[in-house]
Amino acid sequence: MPAAERRQSPVDGAVQEEESRRMKFAVKAWSKNGRARVGVLQLSSSSSCGHGGPPEKVIEIDTPALLLTTRKGLPAFIPPDHLSSLPDSRLLQFSPMHFMEGPNLKTISNIGGVHQLLGLHGYGFVALPRDSILSLPECNSSNKHGASFETPCGRFLVKPLEYMKMISSMKPDLWVSLADEVSASVSAKRNKVSVDRTIRWLDDCISLKSTDGALFGSIVGGCSIEDRQHCAQEVAKRNVSGYYIGGFGLGDSIDERSTLLHAVTDCLPKEKPRQVCGLGLPEEVLQGIAAGVDLFDSMYIYHLTLGGFALIFPLDVQCKHVSDPQLSAMASDHTKINLKATVYRKDASPIVDGCNCYTCQNHTKAYINHLLNVHEMLAQTLLEIHNTHHYLAFFCLIREAITEGKFEQLRQNFIESRRDHLLAASLSCMS
Amino acid sequence: MMALRFEVLGRFNRARAARLTLPHFVCETPLFMPVGTQGTIKGLTTNQLEDIGCQIILGNTYHLALRPTSELIDELGGLHKFMNWPRALLTDSGGFQMVSLLHLADITEKGVTFQSPVDGKPMLLTPEESIQIQNRIGADIIMALDDVVKTTITGPRIEEAMYRTLRWIDRCIAAHNRPKEQNLFGIVQGGLDPVLRDICVQGLVERNLPGYAIGGLAGGEDKDSFWRVVAQCTAALPDCKPRYVMGVGYPLDIVVCSALGADMYDCVYPTRTARFGTALVPEGVLRLKHQSMADDTRPIDSTCECMVCKNYTRAYLHCLVTKDAMGSQLLSYHNLYYMMQLSRNLHSSIIEGTFPKFVCDFLRKMFPKGDVPEWVYNAMEVAGIDISSCSTPFDSKINVHTPSE
Ligand SMILES: [Zn+2]
Ligand SMILES: [Zn+2]
Repeated sequence: MPAAERRQSPVDGAVQEEESRRMKFAVKAWSKNGRARVGVLQLSSSSSCGHGGPPEKVIEIDTPALLLTTRKGLPAFIPPDHLSSLPDSRLLQFSPMHFMEGPNLKTISNIGGVHQLLGLHGYGFVALPRDSILSLPECNSSNKHGASFETPCGRFLVKPLEYMKMISSMKPDLWVSLADEVSASVSAKRNKVSVDRTIRWLDDCISLKSTDGALFGSIVGGCSIEDRQHCAQEVAKRNVSGYYIGGFGLGDSIDERSTLLHAVTDCLPKEKPRQVCGLGLPEEVLQGIAAGVDLFDSMYIYHLTLGGFALIFPLDVQCKHVSDPQLSAMASDHTKINLKATVYRKDASPIVDGCNCYTCQNHTKAYINHLLNVHEMLAQTLLEIHNTHHYLAFFCLIREAITEGKFEQLRQNFIESRRDHLLAASLSCMS
Repeated sequence: MMALRFEVLGRFNRARAARLTLPHFVCETPLFMPVGTQGTIKGLTTNQLEDIGCQIILGNTYHLALRPTSELIDELGGLHKFMNWPRALLTDSGGFQMVSLLHLADITEKGVTFQSPVDGKPMLLTPEESIQIQNRIGADIIMALDDVVKTTITGPRIEEAMYRTLRWIDRCIAAHNRPKEQNLFGIVQGGLDPVLRDICVQGLVERNLPGYAIGGLAGGEDKDSFWRVVAQCTAALPDCKPRYVMGVGYPLDIVVCSALGADMYDCVYPTRTARFGTALVPEGVLRLKHQSMADDTRPIDSTCECMVCKNYTRAYLHCLVTKDAMGSQLLSYHNLYYMMQLSRNLHSSIIEGTFPKFVCDFLRKMFPKGDVPEWVYNAMEVAGIDISSCSTPFDSKINVHTPSE
């Protein structure tokens, strides 16, 4: 379809058609009296593989889903040939800002976009300007022309036109419109400005659109319920395939977040998918899902891995931890352990007994403890594999719980068992 | 007593292709052994190392004895089990690492004295202790403690070191507790002096060891001296035992040494150079940091079958190397694949009787202008490989540098 045709009114039927051909989403079940839902996101890689790529492939992702956060399109440490060993890890997220230091857009376009660039054809790629690791919104430097991001290779002001050039060269399956994400501490005035800019930039993105990747409209509004609702209502009027809820994880508190998330999702059409950034901890993920969010990123896994942590929390609705006196004596909060601890020096067992990830099937805690001690990169590779595997399994558990009507039970059990352990830990500190 | 079988399957003059059966793996020689100093190689999983075709991995005794300690490795069932590597392992004696890494290492008749890097206390590594540590680590091949001197040193110190190495080999043999499971290799010393090298070879051969290493090379000596020592030792060492040239890892050196009858090599070069963004290719090296790579949509090496070359462009790797962990992982993967493919090609061309053609093709790609170094000519003459056709410049019609698209 020629680009000129695409720049028609936002409710143009042909554009709508085009987008739904590339991405389909269907809600399969709702939690009892709640907003949490399970669904299926279907992606078909079509014309983006015009450079002699494989024929059209349909990727199905069950939601709620974990998107793997990447550096320049690949996981930080998991080698690409190990990706297929992870269950349902078909969605990768990247920030176009990662490629500020190259390859240049023309080269990426010549190679055929991110699928070709990264040699991952059976995977869906989601482009999101911000990623909480390498590309952080810098709201003080953003202005009416564009959004500013702090990256390892400097600070960049990105205007909608430039952003759209990146998107059309990189050809992701899904992409998020440019947003003016601000921290929780900005003034009410600045917060309102961010909403206006974000809506205006969404319109710019829609009118400049020249790829058939599905567009998610950005919703901001910081910690103001009115601003959040206003932004969500405006974005809901636009012709978008889904929604990105931004502005979280930037100094806001977990306590006020449910109210804000509910205010947003209540304004959105139920049949379209919703993505969020900045919610990483298991309890934050549960909070987001309870508000009706479908897609999350995995930057939490990245931070855990860098710190030498491995996830160990039980993967069942009861969330009953095996009472292990040894565990409480260690650096552990019962959801994770730190493998740097000397207690694992001679531990010949896997991170989690019965875990069928590559790491647990092949390596012991003692070996990972050694790798961490001598600063060998394989430690991070093995930890990222296990942690990603574990978190993907957690998402699978959540989907089952929603389907079986046990989501609230799972959420309550998880939060209570965390609270019990935090309490027990504080008591043992006092005694 | 030995825990290996060495069967020569094919020859071309002095070069041989063999099957080396070790307790944990049946290897094919000539072979390159990647160095996994601390029980791991640069972020690569053991599955990947198997995919690459690694047969023997080298562990460094000095590092492993410090962390996690040989006692712990022993308690957890040996290094194979500790790092979950099902194939063969080799450990060095620890002496070379001490002498090269520690300023305060000193060699006496008792052993290598050094200052503990942990608490600064004086420590002593005796031949007996080196073997006991290696017995606990449990590699398929263990190395005798030798008196290492820089090849560039001359004078009586070389002679002293050679004789001490011979005295120490008996202490190593006597201390070796697991000869049915581990193969103790002796190391030929003697600097660049043919007389000393000869005495050392004879002395070691009398001990009837499972295999022999040629030590004290790859330390900055000139290439002509290097290959002559290798040629002298391989000619004098028993035909039915494996020969290992220590610390050699440049592809060209491996091809020359294999032509002269050596079988095994080890070097940190392929993985170290990967960390700095350099890829090994038939033409020599490719510096991925170079600006010309930024828009190059070709793979590192279009003839390479590895996972990296099948999926990634030079342009993408250009923006990863030296910045992201994944860059060094992917480049190490390719470089090790290149070394293992070189080993496989040496093995099969010797068996198929096409070894001289393989050598000529190799040299033509590496020296397209026909400027093959003098020392390579000299070595190949001794090896009985005619490479005269390589001195004519490579046909410009098959220019390897033409863009693919
Ligand atoms: Zn696991
Ligand atoms: Zn390759």
